[in-house]
Amino acid sequence: MLEQLSDRGPDSAGVAFYRDPAPAGWCKVSLHSPSAAPEWEALWGELEAEFGDASTPRVRATHAVFMIAAEAEDAEAWLVERHPELTLMSAGRSIEIYKEADLPTRFVEKFALNEIAGTHALGHTRMATESRVTTAGSHPFSTGLDLCLVHNGSLSNHNRLRRALQREGMVFRTENDSEVAAGYLTWRLREGASLEQALEGCLDDLDGFYTFAVGTADGFAVLRDPIACKPAVMAETDEWVAMASEYRAIAVLPGAEDAVLWEPAPGHVYSWGTASLVA
Amino acid sequence: MATVGGPQIAREALWSFDLAEQTVRELNQSLHSGPPVHAGGGVVIHNPGGRHAVAVGLDAAYEVEIEGHVGYYCAGMNKLATVRVRGNCGVGVAENMMSGVVVVEGSASQSAGASARGGLLVIHGDASARCGISLKGADIVVRGSVGHMSAFMAQRGALVVCGDAGDSLGDSLYEARLYVRGSVAGLGADCIEKEMRSEHVAQVGELLTRAGIDDVGPGEFRRYGSARRLYNFHVDNLGAY
Repeated sequence: MLEQLSDRGPDSAGVAFYRDPAPAGWCKVSLHSPSAAPEWEALWGELEAEFGDASTPRVRATHAVFMIAAEAEDAEAWLVERHPELTLMSAGRSIEIYKEADLPTRFVEKFALNEIAGTHALGHTRMATESRVTTAGSHPFSTGLDLCLVHNGSLSNHNRLRRALQREGMVFRTENDSEVAAGYLTWRLREGASLEQALEGCLDDLDGFYTFAVGTADGFAVLRDPIACKPAVMAETDEWVAMASEYRAIAVLPGAEDAVLWEPAPGHVYSWGTASLVA
Repeated sequence: MATVGGPQIAREALWSFDLAEQTVRELNQSLHSGPPVHAGGGVVIHNPGGRHAVAVGLDAAYEVEIEGHVGYYCAGMNKLATVRVRGNCGVGVAENMMSGVVVVEGSASQSAGASARGGLLVIHGDASARCGISLKGADIVVRGSVGHMSAFMAQRGALVVCGDAGDSLGDSLYEARLYVRGSVAGLGADCIEKEMRSEHVAQVGELLTRAGIDDVGPGEFRRYGSARRLYNFHVDNLGAY
């Protein structure tokens, strides 16, 4: 699907996979290292010393995934403090995020994405409009434990909203507008909103164009701006459900020709796998 | 006038393209430079796979059948040809059509028939937002419903909707005629309901017949058009511009 939409967003690509959940009492983190020779084995030793147990790092190009015998919040806090050179791409029980500023076709090959299987996944190809082409500015953005966001569009009030969220204690790493949308969702969820309420809040608080897809532990949600400026198409079969900017990306899926196809209505939150929406 | 079904062509006589094997450019260049009438003008396109710009810029009386879903701008700028899509269309099907007929058996995405100057666009499913935006003389018949901002700034031609219309129908409308059988979520600036006179019933009847829709009566429609208050700047209308 990413390769099909490579020409829509040739500068960066990213994916979130949901798979292989961590056992009870454990968490899973995805980390990115800017180093040419990242010392994942050494980090593994440190994690075992700190938390008692951690899994062998599963290294994929510039990223590594660890399972750690700790609460996600504790592991996150320790990593941020002790390893500021690393970027925490995701944290939770089953989410893994991989992303990079590169042509989507090369990204898919470099990260051997075809080897990965899971229950569901979100992907994104980026054509930057609002900020620099960097790995940090690529999608998906983590919006909390087992949550992530991909965005097609551009927000016009992201600077003001970023400042407001910074006053609420949110930290931003880029000038990217989509990161602000992710931060907004994270903040609303932190304040006790359900994912559905947080997404509905976007309709009032975000100004600009957007089609959002949000990955959750057991499904995903979709929201388009009230004038449906950015495209989206849904496909459902008995076997799977898929959403993309264009049918081209869905056409490559098995059984796509018999899928029920429709466009999500503007300003309406759609979700599949509702358990996490009401949490 | 002929209905959109057109003459039936023997399948073996069709000029056949397979987009799993050929590029869209090869297809379109063949149709632009190839014989204007090839084996009766019948063309079949297999495996469109949601590709953009399939069968655009045709300028001959081909009978084109596309076996599947297409992407953006299918049959854009069409002249003379009849293009039938056995599937759904992405954004801008039949945009800037000049003449001919485009039939979508499934649903169409946004801006179907945008700026079309002539010809007939028939959509058997639904059309989403901005259907017939800036319509300049073509006719559009939608068997299902249309999304918001349909017929925005439409200047000439007719939009016939057998289902419902979304919000802001006919915003800033000029002289296009809008006919809706179901509900209208809301009218756009300067768009009002108008009397359905006998010539309007006749026009809807003729368009339904040409679209091959025979289970809907032309008397079941309501007509919407321009109140013509926004044609010239007037300070009292400032809020509506």
